[in-house]
Amino acid sequence: MILLIEQLLNGLQYGAMLFMLASGLTLIFGIMGVINLTHGCFYMVGAYCAAFVVLQTGSFLLGALAALAGAGLYAVAVELAVVQWLYRRDHLYQVLATLGLILFTNEAVSLIFGRRPPLMDIPPFLQGSVPVLPGLEYPVIRLAFIGMGALVALGLWLLVNHSRVGMLVRAGADDREMVSALGIDIRRLYTLVFGLGGVLCGLAGVMAAPLLAIEIGMGERVLITTFVVIVIGGVGSVRGALVGALLVGMVDSLGRAYIPQLLQLSLPPSVADTLGAGLVSASIYVLMALVLLVRPLGLLPARS
Amino acid sequence: MTETTPAATPILSIVQLRKSFGALVATDDVSLDVMPGELHALIGPNGAGKSTLITQICGEIRPSAGRILFEGRDVTRLPAPARARLGLGRTFQITQLCNDFTAIENVLLSIEARHGGSFDMVFNPRRNRASMALAESWLEQVGLAGRGERPVSSLAHGERRQLEIAVALAREPRLLLLDEPMAGMGPEESAALTRLLLGLKGRYGILLVEHDMDAVFALADRISVLVYGRVVFTGGVDAVRDHPEVRAAYLGDAQPC
Amino acid sequence: MPLTLRQAAIALGLALFLAVPLLAEAGASPALLGLANRILIYAIAAVSLDLIIGYGAMVSFGHAMFFGLGGYVVGIVAYHTFGGEPLLGRSGSNAALLVWPLALAACALLAVLVGGLALRTSGVQFIMITLAFAQMVFFVLVSLQSYGGDDGLMLERRNMLPFIDISKPTTFYYLCLALLVIWTVLCSFIVNSRFGLILQALRQSERRAVNLGIRPFPFRLAAFVISAVGTGLAGVLWANYARFVTPDMAAWSKSGEFMAIVVLGGLGTLLGPIAGTAVFIALEQLLSIWTEHWMIVMGPILTLIALFGQRGIAGRVFGGRRD
Repeated sequence: MILLIEQLLNGLQYGAMLFMLASGLTLIFGIMGVINLTHGCFYMVGAYCAAFVVLQTGSFLLGALAALAGAGLYAVAVELAVVQWLYRRDHLYQVLATLGLILFTNEAVSLIFGRRPPLMDIPPFLQGSVPVLPGLEYPVIRLAFIGMGALVALGLWLLVNHSRVGMLVRAGADDREMVSALGIDIRRLYTLVFGLGGVLCGLAGVMAAPLLAIEIGMGERVLITTFVVIVIGGVGSVRGALVGALLVGMVDSLGRAYIPQLLQLSLPPSVADTLGAGLVSASIYVLMALVLLVRPLGLLPARS
Repeated sequence: MTETTPAATPILSIVQLRKSFGALVATDDVSLDVMPGELHALIGPNGAGKSTLITQICGEIRPSAGRILFEGRDVTRLPAPARARLGLGRTFQITQLCNDFTAIENVLLSIEARHGGSFDMVFNPRRNRASMALAESWLEQVGLAGRGERPVSSLAHGERRQLEIAVALAREPRLLLLDEPMAGMGPEESAALTRLLLGLKGRYGILLVEHDMDAVFALADRISVLVYGRVVFTGGVDAVRDHPEVRAAYLGDAQPC
Repeated sequence: MPLTLRQAAIALGLALFLAVPLLAEAGASPALLGLANRILIYAIAAVSLDLIIGYGAMVSFGHAMFFGLGGYVVGIVAYHTFGGEPLLGRSGSNAALLVWPLALAACALLAVLVGGLALRTSGVQFIMITLAFAQMVFFVLVSLQSYGGDDGLMLERRNMLPFIDISKPTTFYYLCLALLVIWTVLCSFIVNSRFGLILQALRQSERRAVNLGIRPFPFRLAAFVISAVGTGLAGVLWANYARFVTPDMAAWSKSGEFMAIVVLGGLGTLLGPIAGTAVFIALEQLLSIWTEHWMIVMGPILTLIALFGQRGIAGRVFGGRRD
């Protein structure tokens, strides 16, 4: 029972991180119709900036600020330099152009920060564990992660439902006439949304930095999981991203805990271990396949 | 030609068709028939639900209630491709052609589509004399003789509308749904197209949606008037011309309702 | 005359490929044969991918899964043939005529599964779902500890064909060339056939096609499977060429590379992607000789191809699909 609750909390924490990434990606797609593979890079840039500044200054707060600023600015730069030429183009070209940017970013980051993965300690005020239930101590940093995820969800809910940007999201975006009728400078808006997506990635990066390995390629791994999240939730929908992120987080963490155990009941350990590892990695893709069998557009599609 | 015997089976029969999008009722208990060889025109102001009706007949959207019978057979639940295979052909209000293809390739597509499920990966229709001759003859019928090798993207608007009809005809349908074929045409092009449709009359059952009243009055056997999703009147050309409610609702020389 | 230009390009290309082993023997460079062979193998995958992206507008971002699967079937069978214990009571076989069809059948089966699901959607969902399935295959390959896991599998020797000895580099090279030519001719039959006409019509106006009585799904699925089999063939040849398979064969970046090659060569031209492969692989080779950080140049080149290379190499030379 304790294990189950702990796994559920882990799932919630992973889901919170996925949501920070998926909400930006899905907004960018929903508003501008762009598939942005560079999204994972923003996350990596955020984590590297945080680790670098913390190492130099020793201040977690400065590191966090550097992550948000670094990821956000990089996103804006990418939008201005490349993505703004892609809005009216076929998805194929968007994928290809941003793929090129991934290769570039990975190489550039390793040139700037070096090949050795930097380490980042958990800041003092987030160290240790607190009892959540009798008999269950849970790390503070993971709880902070969950809280931050809830804050982001709340903030985005306010943004989507109570602002002009949100009107665009809800209206479904491509309608340029309506946008100009609202008196919004669409170029600035696009850059802004891109920057916001980048900042959210930076946030996820700084939260993940003390927990996960900071390395080249961390962006793509999480990017593909993020894709699974928004496909499950419904591309373009922030609510869908939330639901998808939580589902994927739960399935992943419960799968990690229980799939090997279940297999060991019926199979010899050596077979069960290998098969288990494969099944755990594949579980979220199976989830996606199941969702798509029932609802090809995802659980909560932006436009019906 | 104008009157059909009541005993004949309609080629298309719509019974109490209803489609609502939330609170909006786009098709409100519409019933109408098209007899074999009859040209039945459907008129009505913009937003009356004419296109919604057409898309339901050809199977692109499902009605909320009611039935659609094609040659006496209930096709309400059939998907669009199956209806096309039964012999239901259509043209689109906004031209739907393969723009990278040449004109004749578009017609070839339609000819080849008659072999609906065929996965023939060797037979090259462009190299086949019989297919090419057949396609060329359809182009001739709609007045596009000699234009076959032009890419669609280089055809004039009027020529594309003609090509649309050739594509629909080459599928050899028994019923044609023509969705505003004259849209965007000048008076001369419209007159030419009217002559073309006059030539087709009697060979197919035709349901014609059109705003060009000269064309409608010249072509129709019967006319139905659709207003706010309802058929307010069905009758012959003269009856429609003189009907007060129709004049009020559609022809626009009295108060709008 | 565009036709003669096209024919001239084909003749020139073919002559160049035919001459490579002679040039290599004449001492131009021993690495040349290997480079040209890699181009031939990748070109088979690129032509296959063009069949669905260029002609069918199905942007598969996961085609490396078929490349990887084709290679791994060869690798796994070879593992059981040489040294490894028998699999399910059977030891492996080294006969290409047995192993290669098996590998292609496996790819076709996977394609039916993946295509069956992915084709329920279109556009961005299709891209992401094909990508996700490829990742799944990738992770499964990584988790196959008994077959090397992350490190992959070495093949003791190449498969055996009757009458010809493909362990000789030149022979193997000519085999790859022959297969590329045959596959390209097959694909060009397909795109010019009734099936191809319908496939292209579905790309341009699905509504038109549907209202002519065409059900899109079976046509798209068939094209997807054919394309997967071609990519699987490239994987089979790669395993034999390198005598080494790794999960990286199914990595997402490999899928991206295939896509880049097709766009660079020219969508919907079949021949273009062959030229695209040659340019891409040669460029990769040159850059990696020049600096170990070659990605920092290659990345922006990909981006530039996407931004400006709408019609690709072939589109500029003899006209291709108009976007």
